[in-house]
Amino acid sequence: MANHQTATFEKLPVWAGGRSPFNVSYGKLMMWIFLLSDAFTFSTLLVQYGAQRFSNVESAVTTKWPDPASIFNHFPFMHGFHLPLLFVSVMTFILIASSVTMVLAVEAGHRNSKKEVQKYMLYTIVGGAAFLGCQAWEWATFIHEGARLNSNMFGITDQGYKHLSEVTFGDHFEWEKGDRTFGPVPFAALFFIVTGFHGFHVFSGVIINVVVYIMTVRGVFERRGHYEMIEKAGLYWHFVDLVWVFVFTFFYLI
Amino acid sequence: MSTAALHADSHHDHHEHKESFISKYVFSMDHKMISKQFLITGIMMGIVGLVMSMIFRLQLAWPDEQFGFMETLLGKWAVDGKLDPNFYMGLVTIHGTIMVFYVLTAGLSGTFSNLLIPLQVGARDMASPFMNMLSYWFFLASSITLLSSVFIETGPASGGWTVYPPLSALEKAMPGSGLGMTLWLSAIALFIISSLLGGINYISTVLNMRTKGMSMNRMPLTIWAFFFTAILGVLSFPVLLGAALFLIFDRSFGTSFYLSDIYLEGVGALENIGGSPVLYQHLFWFLGHPEVYIILMPALGISSEVISTNARKPIFGYTAMVISLMGISFLSFIVWGHHMFITGMNPFLGSVFMILTLIIAVPSAVKAFNYLTTLWKGNLRFTPAMLFSIGLVSFFISGGLTGIYLGNAALDIQLHDSYFVVAHFHLVMGSAAIFGMFAGIYHWFPKLYGRMMNDTLGYFHFWITFITAYLVFFPMHFMGLAGVPRRYYQFTLVEDFNVWMDVNKLITVSALIGGAAQLLFLYNFFYSIFKGKKASANPWQANSLEWSTPVERLHGNWPGEIPTVYRGAHEYSRPDREEDFFPQYIPDESAPEVLHTEDHKVAPEEKSPEEVESSVFFAAIKRVFGLS
Repeated sequence: MANHQTATFEKLPVWAGGRSPFNVSYGKLMMWIFLLSDAFTFSTLLVQYGAQRFSNVESAVTTKWPDPASIFNHFPFMHGFHLPLLFVSVMTFILIASSVTMVLAVEAGHRNSKKEVQKYMLYTIVGGAAFLGCQAWEWATFIHEGARLNSNMFGITDQGYKHLSEVTFGDHFEWEKGDRTFGPVPFAALFFIVTGFHGFHVFSGVIINVVVYIMTVRGVFERRGHYEMIEKAGLYWHFVDLVWVFVFTFFYLI
Repeated sequence: MSTAALHADSHHDHHEHKESFISKYVFSMDHKMISKQFLITGIMMGIVGLVMSMIFRLQLAWPDEQFGFMETLLGKWAVDGKLDPNFYMGLVTIHGTIMVFYVLTAGLSGTFSNLLIPLQVGARDMASPFMNMLSYWFFLASSITLLSSVFIETGPASGGWTVYPPLSALEKAMPGSGLGMTLWLSAIALFIISSLLGGINYISTVLNMRTKGMSMNRMPLTIWAFFFTAILGVLSFPVLLGAALFLIFDRSFGTSFYLSDIYLEGVGALENIGGSPVLYQHLFWFLGHPEVYIILMPALGISSEVISTNARKPIFGYTAMVISLMGISFLSFIVWGHHMFITGMNPFLGSVFMILTLIIAVPSAVKAFNYLTTLWKGNLRFTPAMLFSIGLVSFFISGGLTGIYLGNAALDIQLHDSYFVVAHFHLVMGSAAIFGMFAGIYHWFPKLYGRMMNDTLGYFHFWITFITAYLVFFPMHFMGLAGVPRRYYQFTLVEDFNVWMDVNKLITVSALIGGAAQLLFLYNFFYSIFKGKKASANPWQANSLEWSTPVERLHGNWPGEIPTVYRGAHEYSRPDREEDFFPQYIPDESAPEVLHTEDHKVAPEEKSPEEVESSVFFAAIKRVFGLS
């Protein structure tokens, strides 16, 4: 008897009840709730950042919190030039641009235009991958310069800051002896953990986008009649971008 | 899992929709089966946690006695039958972890949210059955990881269930801080994933999958409680994840987020500088305090339903109950500092946390009084579930009162880390929540297994557990007031405290009797699964939607269309009705709106979705400000 009944209900649509209160599907609702939850995770990381930064005191073994502009001044193929925050600006631009293409993909999905969805999803994937590549380069440079999880060569001395103040954007610049000493350890550790955690989110986002792209190409959504999956992936992607804005602000601007 | 269901299954093998053993019992995506999986796993974990507590209670009561069986059971952790101090710490830690996370979070919320949310809101299954299944499997993996830490050479994590650094961050601090702690953190990470998968599902199901006519203000209070619990879990567990992430880096990768200026074994300072262990406490208790309500609120919701059904009265102050749940949920996020009064926080900040903490007494009192007024002049039916719910109210009040003591910064400085705290939380969240869980099991056993549990055994189980719980935890108040510190291996060695020896024995004997009484429950539970009396469709004559489903488990819950809901879930003893209950899914023939609709498919009140959503909330706001 039990199975007979089971078979009957399966012919009914999944939603056999009342009306959806927010007029969204449960999938989208779930994505929103997940993002809310994830926002709390990132908040924890940034709270840790704030607590470490504002409890940092100058002492015999550590200096004051370093000025990010004096550290992130490298650019690929421009070795030895003082280009503060130029590279991270490019990274941010790439990520924001990938968000724009994601919006275009979602919009194309609303029009059920498979071709355009495909095109813009591809752009988004390329943008995400490019961002990850940039981050890899950024990390490599940072590590090469002497940053580690448990030590940090970015304690910039007064002499170092004086030296920095003499150069302008685009000038040739090399650290000199006595410019740097051991700096606050959490600076490097937090940089790795927080940008790493964000990078992990971007990586997952790229994977999701690739999966969704393949599903688009194979016509899954066309058969389904709607491109809501693109919207869900888009929500996640925009969230990752939004988080980057905060990470960028905390680690590079202030 | 009833034999009837098994039987029916075997007869229909020819049918196109086949549930194999694997898809039915193991990788099941049916919320009712997942709920049973959570329940059984939770009970197993509960047994482990209970046995652990009995072992360390034996140590406390007879510190110099040699128990031969202990050496047999624990090997080198109890050489010559005497418990090893490090393992004592491990037992306390794992007992706390198991009870808080595995039994009263996953076991309670996982079981009853899974069982009741789809059934009581009128849905075929959870929003995402697949995620629901994952939630269970992550939970099981987490349980196994945690239990495996008991079997390793250095023993399980032993820095207390809150695993404060530096004890938990430095491998050299104590034996349990090595691999045991790593396994603890892995287990908790898996647990958080399980909890998030579950919580996201519960929230979306409640918001999105309700049947026709089931507006938010018609939902049973159980659903409201599960709903707020899920919100708390989704917002607070990620913070623990973040805190644990930093702890993992401190432990394994040489960072110093929580470490600073530490001298270990007299060999000079460690290299770690600049971190703050207090920050860990802030992050931990940002989860930890909502966690208390994650444990308690489902139990409160279950009791609301059980008390209303068995008092044959509408729940007193439905809207007030919802608002107080909402208030408790909100406040629980901004009171974590009351666990940290003695960490050296700014006294002004301490007093802010104190005031916010004391405000929680208001919604809690609303709930307690509403339970009492629901019982008042009710037509009480003392089923075992009802007794356990009344027991919950008792513990909620007696344990809650000491919460007001502990919420005071001035008193807490004296009482912190003493047995008073142990007494407080074991009564208000330990015993109360476990009684809510028992109430739920006795009440919804017919829904879970299609059979009834034995009432007589239930009564014995209730009375023994109830009396011994008070005998165990009540004397601890006085020990705490006298300054006895918690988590000590043998505090009776200290001259000031050896007067408590006899009390310790009383507590231990009561704990052993109380523990033994759980055997009655276990026997009753497992016997009734297979041999219990067959249940009727609505054995408690209750109103809510789950009792309109067939007794046999059915993937999809209702054989035909999902019933429509016409009124709230707590309408008992309506004067205009012959019977003393009026199920939500039975249309009211005397109501003119329904008379005009021929097929009863349309709910009497069709509001716009926005109106439905906001009506409870705004009605309450209006009432508060006297606008209506």
